[in-house]
Amino acid sequence: MDSVILSRMLFGTSMAFHIIFATLGVGVTLMILFAELMHWFKKDSDYGLMAKRWTKGFAILLGVAIPSGTIVGVMLSLLWPGFMEIVGKVIAVPFQIEIFAFFLEAVFMSIYVYAADRLSHMMRIVSVTFVAFGASSSAWLINIAHSWMNTPRGFEVTDGIVTDVDPWAAVLNPSMPYTSKHVLATAYMTGAFVLVSIAAYRLLRKTSSEQERAYHKKGLMLTLVIALLASIYTASNGHATAGMLHEEMPLKLAAAEGLFETQANAPLAIMGTPNIEAQTVVGGIEIPGMLSWLATGTTDGVVQGLNDFPQDEWPPLFVHTLFNLMVGIGFTLLGLAVFALAWAIIFRKKDLPAWLLVALVTTGPLSMFGIEMGWIFSCTGRQPWTIYGIQLTSDAATQSGNVGMLFFLFIGLYIMLLVLTALVLRFYFSRNPVQQDLTVMNG
Amino acid sequence: MTETYVAISIIWAFLFIYAIAGSIDFGAGFWAMYYSNKETQASILANRYLSPSWEVTNVFLVLFVIAIVGFFPGAAYYMGTLMILPVSFVLMLLIIRSAFMVFSFTVQRYTKPLVVISGLTGLLIPALMVAILPISIGGFIGGTGEQQYILFDQVLSSPTLYTHVGFGLATELFLAALLLSDYARESGSEQTYAVYRRNAIILGPITLFFAVTALWTLIPEAPWMVDTMIDIWYLFALSLVAASIGYSALWWPSKKANPGRPRIGVVFIILQFGLASFAYGLSHMPYILYPDLTIFDAFTDPTMFKWLLYGYAGGFAVLVPAFVVFWRLFMKDKNYLQIKQDDENNY
Repeated sequence: MDSVILSRMLFGTSMAFHIIFATLGVGVTLMILFAELMHWFKKDSDYGLMAKRWTKGFAILLGVAIPSGTIVGVMLSLLWPGFMEIVGKVIAVPFQIEIFAFFLEAVFMSIYVYAADRLSHMMRIVSVTFVAFGASSSAWLINIAHSWMNTPRGFEVTDGIVTDVDPWAAVLNPSMPYTSKHVLATAYMTGAFVLVSIAAYRLLRKTSSEQERAYHKKGLMLTLVIALLASIYTASNGHATAGMLHEEMPLKLAAAEGLFETQANAPLAIMGTPNIEAQTVVGGIEIPGMLSWLATGTTDGVVQGLNDFPQDEWPPLFVHTLFNLMVGIGFTLLGLAVFALAWAIIFRKKDLPAWLLVALVTTGPLSMFGIEMGWIFSCTGRQPWTIYGIQLTSDAATQSGNVGMLFFLFIGLYIMLLVLTALVLRFYFSRNPVQQDLTVMNG
Repeated sequence: MTETYVAISIIWAFLFIYAIAGSIDFGAGFWAMYYSNKETQASILANRYLSPSWEVTNVFLVLFVIAIVGFFPGAAYYMGTLMILPVSFVLMLLIIRSAFMVFSFTVQRYTKPLVVISGLTGLLIPALMVAILPISIGGFIGGTGEQQYILFDQVLSSPTLYTHVGFGLATELFLAALLLSDYARESGSEQTYAVYRRNAIILGPITLFFAVTALWTLIPEAPWMVDTMIDIWYLFALSLVAASIGYSALWWPSKKANPGRPRIGVVFIILQFGLASFAYGLSHMPYILYPDLTIFDAFTDPTMFKWLLYGYAGGFAVLVPAFVVFWRLFMKDKNYLQIKQDDENNY
């Protein structure tokens, strides 16, 4: 294998690993803020305990989140030196400001955790607001660079020399608002659903006390409501993103949908496999006119197909499957959240049935899986380019011959850390059950 | 010309801050491990310092790396081709160290092995980072054009590598001991102060020895640096003066049970490192990597340079007040500093 493929494998795996922790970092901090706010408004100490326990879980994740973020940040320069040479000249500002957002998060996280007993309730809310704000801004700022890779603006390249740099045009590139909002909304959605999963799992145990069940039920309702709101926003933003892709990256849209021929009244293919010989998606369900409607707002709209572009610029066609999985999971979760909340409101007096709780337990892992699919879709769908239309991935990669060995070392490290983090979380929360905290709290 | 020197000065400042903060961070991790059985108070104090500060310290590492990419994007190319192995090993150690440290705060039953792993991996990080310095002087690089690589056999058989590693190890242990002695004094624990003061007294001369030998063994590898070094001998001399004042402060009379004014010691030793590293950096100019890459070749676009300066100005306007709050809560507040006996399990 050449060093380009190996670099992609190593960087892709590192990102896939980091994204788990980064997503939770953005989503869970917002949920901690909501729990603190509920505690403040409802004067119900259960929510205070909830914030404290979520914070403890988050503090454990931070031990991996921070160094894994450092790894991908430094690895960018190690594996993609050609890319970073252009980044440094054109889109360095968001990277730079991101550090300060991250700094804000780190400082206030320390204050919120280690100085909790010396702060008033109001100051605790202020600190955790800064934590959530820092985490969300970091995500936003880093995604500016990602969106710029898809729709690069703010510079010219002549004979390999970068000229006419306009950092603001680079930052305000056309896909930036869509991508950044999408990443934030899905991170909130995933953070909330992961906590939905935990509360639902705890509620499945019939042996726990009434007090403990009440605690988990409050947690479930709070997280479900936020998860639903984030899911609705994600769906509407996803729709707007399709319109943006149609304007800015028609090739990516065509590959995502497996559309070969440019046409009006283009059908939407759900699942199936795009087949070059057949020039269509084989084995999927087609909804006539739907793609034209989604991309242009009218079924008469013309959507460009893959054949409009030279074949050596096509991304791999399996991105259609990644795209379908991402969208499918998004809508499944949205439906589940609506259903579960409606059930909870209609049968207010009763507990949620076990089968519904089991379904809710799956939402956290599903949501995280959807995020991973979305990231792989977005980055694979841009291939063979690193900076769309400007720099090929093969020109961006390192020339080093050592990437293969590093790949296996890092993979081993990531697997070990995933297992250990799970064990540590399990160990801590089984040693410190909610019941114990509730008993201490209520005397 | 001036812009490039402004940029490289900012890089030096970030590197200097991280070198100090990182050394203290990793050194404190080692002391927390070393004393976990014997002097538990000394171990708890080191963890008291570490738990709120390691994340903030890590920010400065990223700040440094991103500043290089922004100001000197041409240098990114050399990181990818030449430095990929040593930097990757640093990254692996870093994630193991941070994760195991946080785990050790959480899982009491297995605290011992977790602390040993995080303490030892942390100890290696500065040593490995400092080992990159002799490579950047250019003597150990083979190949041509795009296909360049480090001649590891030559690096590994060169005395300057080992004096640099020794310097990295001694520095982190010395700086951490010195800072923790001040931290112990601030928290009113004279017994712990005595422990760290003794360590600082032992390690001070060892650090100086390695600093001098590292420079001495470097000279044959980097004759191009010597002229500037001779020109700016007064900076090295001043740094020695600062070192003497800082070290002697450990014996200055004080009103407490033990002699020494650790705060003055910390200030002067940091000043010494500042002067010495500035002089070293100045001798390294104008090369980032001798003889292929100068700061002028690697410099960023002028428009980007301007916006980065605005960005840093804005960023530090946020950072400084936040840091002041942080300092007051964790480095000054008696309520936090005083170790309660039942407090070991606080996360």
